[in-house]
Amino acid sequence: MNTQFDRRRAALFNLRFTVNVALVVILALVPVYAALTGSSFAMTLFTRVIILSLAALSLNLIMGFGGMVSFGHAVYLGIGGYAVGILAKEGITSGFVQWPLAIGASAFYALVVGALCLRTRGVYFIMITLAFAQMAYYVASGLDRYGGDDGQTVYHRSNFGAAFDLNNKTLFYYVCFAVLLAALYLVWRLVNSRFGMVIRGTRSNERRMRAIGFPTFRYKLVCFVIAGAICGLAGALLANHTNFISPAMMHWTRSGDLIVMAVLGGMQALFGPLIGAMTFLLLEEGLSRVTEYPDLFLGPLLLAVAIYLNGGIDGLLGGARRD
Amino acid sequence: MLYFIEQLLNGVQLGMLLFLLAAGLTLIFGIMDLVNLAHGSLYMLGAYFAASFAAWTDSFVLGAILAMLATLVAGMVLEVVAIRRLYTRSHLDHVLGTFGLLLFFNELVRLIWGPAGLTLSLPSEMLSAVELLPGLYYPIYRLVIIGVTLVVAAFLYIVVMRTRIGMLIRAGASNREMVGALGVNIKLLYTLIFGLGAALAGLAGLMQAPILTVQIGMGENILISAFVVVTIGGIGSIRGAFVAALIVGMVDTVGRAFVPDLLHAYLSESAASSLGRSLSSMSMYLLMAIVLVVRPGGLFPAASK
Repeated sequence: MNTQFDRRRAALFNLRFTVNVALVVILALVPVYAALTGSSFAMTLFTRVIILSLAALSLNLIMGFGGMVSFGHAVYLGIGGYAVGILAKEGITSGFVQWPLAIGASAFYALVVGALCLRTRGVYFIMITLAFAQMAYYVASGLDRYGGDDGQTVYHRSNFGAAFDLNNKTLFYYVCFAVLLAALYLVWRLVNSRFGMVIRGTRSNERRMRAIGFPTFRYKLVCFVIAGAICGLAGALLANHTNFISPAMMHWTRSGDLIVMAVLGGMQALFGPLIGAMTFLLLEEGLSRVTEYPDLFLGPLLLAVAIYLNGGIDGLLGGARRD
Repeated sequence: MLYFIEQLLNGVQLGMLLFLLAAGLTLIFGIMDLVNLAHGSLYMLGAYFAASFAAWTDSFVLGAILAMLATLVAGMVLEVVAIRRLYTRSHLDHVLGTFGLLLFFNELVRLIWGPAGLTLSLPSEMLSAVELLPGLYYPIYRLVIIGVTLVVAAFLYIVVMRTRIGMLIRAGASNREMVGALGVNIKLLYTLIFGLGAALAGLAGLMQAPILTVQIGMGENILISAFVVVTIGGIGSIRGAFVAALIVGMVDTVGRAFVPDLLHAYLSESAASSLGRSLSSMSMYLLMAIVLVVRPGGLFPAASK
């Protein structure tokens, strides 16, 4: 009986493993497909998928594993994007300056805001992260020099020297892809480290973790900062991808999108946000081709996932949930 | 000084609208423990219904009453068809599901009423202004909004604090299993509460409709403001929602009216206007952040829980 059960579990695990590997392979082969068919559209779409996967992955680090539901995560897309856009406008196009600044500014914002937000919990945490993100949104709207409400074009992509030209679409795609793989590896290592155990333990029972002697506030804050830094990098990539920055990058509905992606894909799984981002963006794109009213179908679909699926789409891949 | 009083009244009026939205949200939040991002959609539906019914019946008041009834029914149907299945799920599933509903309603409205906005015009007797103080003329319609909301607030207070239904609502908020075990039809009660919340949101939407245009997505920004109100007031507390709505309405309106001028004393005109715009839009979020940092449970934390 028992061995049979174990074998079934092993098979289910393989299904998940297979799907995840397949996803990575598909993403790796998109430029090949684009080169064969000459479809630059696929490149644009999938670059977006990868960048938003990265953002959703960083959100999931705090939300799925740490139990900190941030409703203001898109703010880092904005901070990272504005770091690139503002420097570019002021004539500093070097990526060696822009990207570290995008990461650093996001981490700093996360440190300050996190220290304040982590005093609250539950729904209040959701709301206070939203409040700070809205403030950042209105700060960006007030930056008249950088386009105010309308945003501004970023005329030059980050410059890493002539040999490494991000204007080359294929190269840029693989840069994003490499960053995503690196982030997946980082999150995987983090979640399974001692640090990750503390974070996951805090999600299930913070009081108990404190009683054992862990300073949970500090652990959560560090986790919050790491997630912000990763998402800031995603913002820098996004500004380079669209050649455009605007306050809309950090509108609350964008933060909602990121939550939807992570929950849709499955929050308990490393690859969940990737699955979710891909499903969400491809569905949106596909539906808008066949119908004039895509959200009429996308909306109820999200509702159905919320009602019927345990652990999002990843939950369909088999039982073995880790916690 | 007169200008200040006028802005204060505008603040009260905005606060009243926010209260109508926040009262429904806080009831649904506090009693069903449901995070409802689709609440703004009901606000939008109320406005669209009112515009259609008013055009159909040729009467603003009749149209408004029909629209409120229609949002009540829409809310109850929505609860039975979809929302009911979300109660046992986590908050994040609520966000996912009701976000889906928000997308659905925006698209549905686009399908039925088209992408262009509608206008809802007031009857002539509500168009004029009255002289409240010597030299201070104030639009009648805004006073009507304040009056109607005060009546609704009093009605809500009486229903919740003085009637049997209200007793069940309060009991349901503190221990729903126990209320169910005592033989109360919890399902029906929830449907009613959700319908009530929907009707209040619809009322807010239809009253705001003549001031702004009726358009898709009109509920999204005010929804966030209503969440701010609910959070500042303390989740589940109608009294908190009322006080917080007034504070937020006034901070927002007075901020918009005076912050740019105040800054102008220190900064150049363009800098003052852009910075002032940002600061005044931020004011309510700043207020919420300060309240939560100082009192992590809001101003009037619900006693139970």
